Amino acid sequence: MPYSTADLLEFHRRMLLIRKVEERLSQLFLEGTIPGTLHQSLGQEAVAVGVCSALRETDVITSTHRPHGHALAKGVSLPSFIAELLGKSSGCCKGRGGSMHVGDITKGMLPSIAIVGGGIPIATGVALAFKRRREDHVAVSFSGDGSVAEGIFHEAVNMGAIWDLPVLYVIENNRYAASTHYSRNTKLEQLSGLSAAYGIPGVTIDGNDVLEVYETAQTAVERARAGQGPTIIEAMTYRITGHNRRDPCNYMPEDERDQALEQEPVKRFEEVLLRDGHAEASLLAAMQTELESEIEAVIETALAAPAPDPEEAFRYVYAEPVES
Amino acid sequence: MKKLAIAPALRDGLIEEMRRDKNVFCMGEDISIPGGWGGVFTVTLGLEEEFRDQLIDTPIAEAGSIGLGIGAALAGLRPVLDMQYSDFLFLAMDQIINHAAKLRYMSGGTLSVPLLIRAPVGATGRGAQHAQNMERFFTGVPGLKVLCPATAYDAKGLLKAAIRDDNPVVMFEHKLLYGSKGIGAATGEVDASSEIPDEDFIVPIGKGIIRRPGGDVTIVATLLMMHLALAAARELASQGIEAEVIDPRTLAPFDWPLLEQSVEKTSRLIIVEEGPKTGGWGAEVAASLGERMMECLTAPIQRVASPDIPVPFAPELENAYRPNVRQIIQAAESLVALG
Repeated sequence: MPYSTADLLEFHRRMLLIRKVEERLSQLFLEGTIPGTLHQSLGQEAVAVGVCSALRETDVITSTHRPHGHALAKGVSLPSFIAELLGKSSGCCKGRGGSMHVGDITKGMLPSIAIVGGGIPIATGVALAFKRRREDHVAVSFSGDGSVAEGIFHEAVNMGAIWDLPVLYVIENNRYAASTHYSRNTKLEQLSGLSAAYGIPGVTIDGNDVLEVYETAQTAVERARAGQGPTIIEAMTYRITGHNRRDPCNYMPEDERDQALEQEPVKRFEEVLLRDGHAEASLLAAMQTELESEIEAVIETALAAPAPDPEEAFRYVYAEPVES
Repeated sequence: MKKLAIAPALRDGLIEEMRRDKNVFCMGEDISIPGGWGGVFTVTLGLEEEFRDQLIDTPIAEAGSIGLGIGAALAGLRPVLDMQYSDFLFLAMDQIINHAAKLRYMSGGTLSVPLLIRAPVGATGRGAQHAQNMERFFTGVPGLKVLCPATAYDAKGLLKAAIRDDNPVVMFEHKLLYGSKGIGAATGEVDASSEIPDEDFIVPIGKGIIRRPGGDVTIVATLLMMHLALAAARELASQGIEAEVIDPRTLAPFDWPLLEQSVEKTSRLIIVEEGPKTGGWGAEVAASLGERMMECLTAPIQRVASPDIPVPFAPELENAYRPNVRQIIQAAESLVALG
């Protein structure tokens, strides 16, 4: 597939934004500025950017407890994303969600579903609504390798399949369900092999190659828009940080980690851009500096925003106020 | 006006709402299979021709079906899920409690989940796994509404209100009150039919009703137990005890003012609940009333509920499980005897 230099730089910029935001969040968390916990997507940027670049704003995604990359790739605004992690009313969920529930339906992202597998039927139901209304939107369920051991995976994918719903099941295989390697959770060598159980296509791809992810997603999206039903995409990647910020990853073999760092998507794509002459090192450095200063400005504004009024806690439980 | 039992009244309600709004559709197991049953209790019987596009027969996949319903509701449709037996809700608890009930809040009020789940309850000779009263598990869940219609009028009116409501709603229907014919017919049925107006109406969610006025003791009960409470009240009247029977109709939100006014008048309260006594919705009513109205009460609050056992099968054992009219009468007599 031919890409313009501008296209390729945009893929890079999107991945770099996620990388730089995650790095900065990590610092903010360690210094105690971000409350709660943090599940980061460092090393998995190509899956989020590759898939979401194949989508329109009106297409809808569901994400997981590790949603930062998906949110930024789908277009949730950086200020509302950062403010949400800091627990501010100006956050994309008005401070009700936090790191594990970021989302913004106006950008086509439901609040992230932090119960493993919980978002898979919901994405399928959104696809059901699209099909019933004869709209050509698609829904995408992002889930991890751990999610395929959940019963809900089977129920949801089966219904998506039997009704030919416009949905993509993207299994982001970062090798570890929390600390458990996926080979301990399945006899399958490739999780895309599950597709045989549902009679739908399934592919396993290099999830650290943003262009391979993009092209695979595009094919599946076209198929879904044409009414031909779902696809399972297993994107092989690697979580180069811990399950959460406090995880030292002692269960990851050192050579495996070293190899994964060699293969991490941002550096890999940067090398391709330089090798093929799409950009000078100085241009990429300038892009990074620009992103970093944008991120700093956003963080500064978010930190200065007032904390929510405790009275606010009672709002939005029901669709209209209920008399007590 | 026409007199209808609950099953045909619900059917009419679904017909009217599906005609009014094409976003309304029903999903469930065996609800519109040609030559089939129209749902286990026949509520959707005969609808498959007019509403072919608004009825979806699902595989046996309760969590998945409710999850799909949530997704469809988030995307603007109004799904009505048929659960066959409310016991199967346990399979879908994650989707209902973690997702349906919380997504509006988690989204900071930008999303809503207009989803109705219809779920039959009650001990009816089916043993431990097709007979539970599940209300207790849903009444303390912020974000959910819980309905318990005892009459055909309320069943239809609450169904229509719930379909138009923008929140996730669970409506419990009692198997002995349906008045279903054919495959859905139950032995030991109690007549819950009502005169149903021809014109469009709803029963507002959160408003209870005084089924029988009385000044001596308040009896609060839902579903089948409401009918037993009325029977007990009639017998108590022959002994000179006037019981006021309150049917809250919805357990969440609960019509506290209605119950409080009644207890202010009678100063005695009996709660009748089918289902184990420990941790039932009746416990919450007793605690809340006790907290707020201790000084009005002249006697301890009484609960008439099932013992803390699974629902047994043998009719003699099931009868020992299900609260009865005699127990309600005895509870009232004992409260009045305290002065």
